[in-house]
Formats: sequence, structure tokens, C-alpha cells
Amino acid sequence: MIDMFYEIFDPDNLFLKYAFIMGGLASISFGIIGTFVTTKKIGYLAGAISHSVFGGIGLALFLQVNAGLTWFDPMLGAVLAAIIAAVTIGLVSLHAKEREDSIIGTLWAVGMASGILLIDKTPGYFNLSSYLFGDILLISGKDLLYVGCLDALVLGISILFFNRFFSVCFDNEFTYLRGINTTFFYLLLLILTALTIVLLVRVVGIVLVIALLTIPPAIASFYAKRLWQMMLYSILLCTLFTWTGLGISYSYSLSSGPAIIVLSGATYLVLLVIHKLFKH
Amino acid sequence: MIMHNNHEIILENISFAYKQRNILEDVNLLIKKNEFASIVGPNGGGKTTLLKLILGLIKPDRGVIRIFGRSPDQARHKIGYMPQYAHLDMDFPATVMDVVLMGRLAKKTLWFSKKDRAEALNALDKVGMTAFVNTGFNELSGGQKQRILIARALCSNPDVLLLDEPTANVDQQTEKNLFSILQKLNSQMIILLVSHDLGFVSKYVKSVICVNRQVVIHPTTLMDGTLIKDIYHGDLKMVRHDHRCSEEGHTHD
Repeated sequence: MIDMFYEIFDPDNLFLKYAFIMGGLASISFGIIGTFVTTKKIGYLAGAISHSVFGGIGLALFLQVNAGLTWFDPMLGAVLAAIIAAVTIGLVSLHAKEREDSIIGTLWAVGMASGILLIDKTPGYFNLSSYLFGDILLISGKDLLYVGCLDALVLGISILFFNRFFSVCFDNEFTYLRGINTTFFYLLLLILTALTIVLLVRVVGIVLVIALLTIPPAIASFYAKRLWQMMLYSILLCTLFTWTGLGISYSYSLSSGPAIIVLSGATYLVLLVIHKLFKH
Repeated sequence: MIMHNNHEIILENISFAYKQRNILEDVNLLIKKNEFASIVGPNGGGKTTLLKLILGLIKPDRGVIRIFGRSPDQARHKIGYMPQYAHLDMDFPATVMDVVLMGRLAKKTLWFSKKDRAEALNALDKVGMTAFVNTGFNELSGGQKQRILIARALCSNPDVLLLDEPTANVDQQTEKNLFSILQKLNSQMIILLVSHDLGFVSKYVKSVICVNRQVVIHPTTLMDGTLIKDIYHGDLKMVRHDHRCSEEGHTHD
């Protein structure tokens, strides 16, 4: 494990350095958006968005190969699918009432399934597991730039509208009665969630992204007294988990995404037990 | 429209149905200045619907609602609202100040000013909770939470205070304290509260608004057994009231 810290600074191991920078940068968006998702209790919606992303990736690959649209790369498909899914799921959750669960569950599965069908009909070999479970060691300089931009966007909007988001998460009805357009801020929050999921799918993959989005805030909520504190602790925890998880995966030749998730999940469960035992 | 000189809240021929079921039918209600009324009635009888109509959260199928001569949407900034605290997330990381400041949310400003904080402190003072300003909201007891939510409703300086079940899940002493706070506030504003508890509330409130598809407002002194039977359609144990209501008298509409 110690060796790894030397290897990070080895110019031949650029991929490892990129992976670590990615882990740190990703944690900023993860911590902020994860805190909103956890306090607003929309983890289920975030799960549906992340699985719909796979439909977009499938569509992009299909069109790239079969229709010759070379500019339509999987990342673009994923972003489009995520935003469409966020708005659709947001409107469904606002208006569908008792049908909400069934509709969102359907979107979740259909998004995923249609992605796989589209890839079936696309000639060539695609490494599906890197989309499903992430492959942080495949990060390029361009990915770092994307995530840097996402961080700037998430930070900027969250600071600007902090009180709005706070209120929408805590008491939506009261916020509406104060004359605030709660639907707008709810959808904005879902779109930011969607963008965060897309860019960070590279780190832990579609299936595991929800865990990294919700576990650090869940731990942070044991110790945080205010919403911004919860975000700060989540960012630090998320950085800790991704870096340690990367170290473990590199040292023991394990997949990086699952290593990160098992580490964070185990930490959460242990702290949950300690918290319950010593709370009073 | 009829002239209503000293009626601040007017509901005229209001009907509201949900899924083909009439919740409220041809309801008329006049609320005077300085009214302190408890809204009672069976579950599903339309208490919450009545509250939501006044708040403008839902629109009536028929009829007109006027609050200080305006529609509920336009009069919204004059209304302070306290929801049931049980509907809120008890693990939400927020201090008392964070929660009360929500009452100062406004369309035009993104951040809270010094004035907003001063107003929030002032509102906390009215409910006797200034000592808790930096305490976590989730560390408070049920009764304390209710008072914080009342402070939140107060800090926009409303002319009407609407409270949804402020006495749910609190013990008798807490309830008593809550009502003495409300009684003081009543000199400056109309207070309407939804309650399950017929017996206790009527000691403090000036009128009782009975809701069960129809709406009837009674001065508290007129509450008796047949009335309760009418509302609940059944024999119930009689609640004994000691008649400590205001002496001003109440007109029947």
C-alpha cells in the first residue's frame, strides 16, 4: 500500500494519478448532491435516473456504429438520457400520486433494458462492466476537465440557491406558501443529480453510483448539526472512501468501484451500530 | 357580492370534491377580526381541506374565497401557517434559527439579511424560545418543535395564523403553555387551528368551527351534547366544558 503512494507520483503511472484526482474532484459534487438526495429522500428517484442513463449510452453506441453519427459519443447520450429522465421522473413524482412507485420502477427497468437491447444490435465489443461497475483507472484528462466543470456548476448553483434548496428539502409545502417556485427548484435539483450521476458513473458505475451518493451523507448525518456541515463531512468521507478504496483495489488487484462501495458500506454499518448503541 | 364589513375571511358557497366524493358542500363561513377558532370534526370530514382552501393550496370547484378582500393567492403573505410537525423529517440537520428563517423566505431575495435574523429572533421571543436559537431542531421535544414552527409562521408578521393540529402528540401541560402563547398572539391576529380535541380547546378559543361536509361556526358557549352528536353522527361520551369563554358574545350567521 505504501508503494502505491510512490507510484502515484511516478510519471509512468499517469492513470493512477488521474484516478486519484478524479476521486477527489468527484467527491465535491457527490457530497453536495448526495446530501440533498438524502435529506429530500429521493434516493429511489436517483436510482431510476442512473439506470435510465444506460439507455442513453446504448442509444449513443447504436447510432455511432449503425447510423454513422460519430459525434454522438456515449457521454453525450448519457447526459441527454439523464436530463430527460430527471425531468420525466420529477414530473411523475409530482403528479402521479399513488402510481408514482410503479411508474418510476418501470422507467428504471425499461431504461436499463433498452440500453442492453440497443447494444445487442450494435456490432463490435463493448466493455459493459466498466459502465455498470465503473473503471476509475480508465479516466482521461478530458474526464477530469468535465468533472471540474460539474463541480463548478454544482457548487455555484448550490451556494446561490442554498436557502431555496434547504427549504424545498425540509418543508416543500411551507416553501411554496412563501411564494417560492418549488417545482422549479425540485426539477433543478433532479437535473443536477442527473448530471452528477452521469459524470461519476465513470468512478463507480451505474449500479453502484447510488451507494456512493447516499452512504457518505448517511454517515455525515450522525454528526452534522446543519445542512452545510453535512455536505462538508460527506465530501471528506467520500474522498476518504474513494482514495482508500482505490488503494485497496490497486494493491490487491480488485475492481475499483466495488472496492470503494464495500469499504463505504462496511464503515456505515459499523458506525450505525456504534451510533445506535451510544446515542443516549 | 355581499358587503361584509367586519369579516376578514369570507367563504361563499364553497364546494370541493376529490375523486367524485364531495368533501365540502356549499359551505359558507365568515371569520371576524380577532377570531380565535378551533376547527373540529371527524377524520375525512374536510378539516384539512378547509385549511388548504384558505391557504390557496387547492382551489374550490365552486364558490369564492376572500381573505382581507383578496384571493388566497394574493393574500398569502398575510397568512402564517404551521403544519403538523410529524410531517417533517426529524433527522434533518438544521438549527432552530435555520428553521425559523424559512418564514423570511421571499421571492426577491436569495440570502437572509440582518433584518431577517432580527425578525426571526423577535418571533422566537414571542414563543419564549430565544435560548434555543443555536440548538438542533431535532434535539427539541415535541412541544418545543411546535413552538419553533409557530415562530416560523410568525416571523413574516401575519394577520392570520393557521395551525394544523398543534396539540397532537404533546402532553397537557405543553398544550396549556401553547394555548397561553396563542391567546397572547390573538390580540394581533386571527387564529384558526385544526384540532381533534373538542373538550380542552374550547376553554381557550372563542368559537368552534364544525366541519363535516357542511361547516357551522358556533360560539364556544353554545357547545352541548346534541351538537356533538350531530357532528359525529353517534353517541359519544360527553365532554364537560367549564365555561371560561370570552364574555363578548358571538353572533350566529
